[in-house]
Amino acid sequence: MNQKHQEDLLHIRSMMERSSRFISLSGLSGVFAGLSALIGGLYAYQLLEKNGINYFEAKSVSISSSLVSELFWTGIVIFIFALLFGILFTVRKSKKYNLPIWTSTTKNMLLNLCIPLVAGGIFCLALIFHQMYVIIAPATLLFYGLALVNAEKYTFSDIKYLGYCQLVLGSIAAFYLGYGLFFWILGFGVLHILYGLMMFKKYK
Amino acid sequence: MGIIDKLNKDFESRVRLGIMSILMVNDWIDFTEMKTLLNITDGNLASHSATLEKSEYIEIKKEFVGKKPKTSYRVTNRGRAAFNEHLNSLEKLLKSNN
Repeated sequence: MNQKHQEDLLHIRSMMERSSRFISLSGLSGVFAGLSALIGGLYAYQLLEKNGINYFEAKSVSISSSLVSELFWTGIVIFIFALLFGILFTVRKSKKYNLPIWTSTTKNMLLNLCIPLVAGGIFCLALIFHQMYVIIAPATLLFYGLALVNAEKYTFSDIKYLGYCQLVLGSIAAFYLGYGLFFWILGFGVLHILYGLMMFKKYK
Repeated sequence: MGIIDKLNKDFESRVRLGIMSILMVNDWIDFTEMKTLLNITDGNLASHSATLEKSEYIEIKKEFVGKKPKTSYRVTNRGRAAFNEHLNSLEKLLKSNN
């Protein structure tokens, strides 16, 4: 009898969780998103060097528009890779645990994630338009951090800590203009990998 | 017996327990999603949800989206109260047995 009640409670708990939180998000997604960012960031650094800009010495840099578009497309490619890895590992995990993917919880999570991201994306386009390149890295970190904190209700709540870290990094980066790429690699690369490994261990 | 009498008979079935748990933390949930979450058949879900509706624990909405019929579920206030009570009894029962 007691056993049945205990199982009942476990069942209740698991149903509440399965139905209200997007728990198929795999830690490996984070790791590979981080690796993409790391490789992309290093590539961007090389791009700058090739164009005669030593990243850590140049205080105020004037960047040619062709370099800007190259950096821009590098960013887009990183984003696509990170997204593809994210989808790949998530689909794999949900198949393995027989969890439904396209549910209203998933939609809610994506919506809440996307609101700050889209706003941030438009803001960054405006920054590019006004040639205020140095603020782009802190802005991406800040908006991404806000997006994670916002999506926390609909997935593993640990994700908010990643969000807080991105917000702190973004805030610091805003005061150290010129070191944007460094903070960007730290936030999108290193933090993602660390977070991904931690989540992978915790929820695998 | 005492405490055991208080356990709600309507929630004895795992499926009904599952339906209630899901509705407690969600707003409207449609038929297909409920079915996938619980991993049960159409008929199974239909009969258990009908029982819960009869007890006025859940509300069933039937509508057409385009040409397709769509059934959605939501917990009622009565259902919420009954489920909370059931949880409390379960908790008490486990405590007294330990």
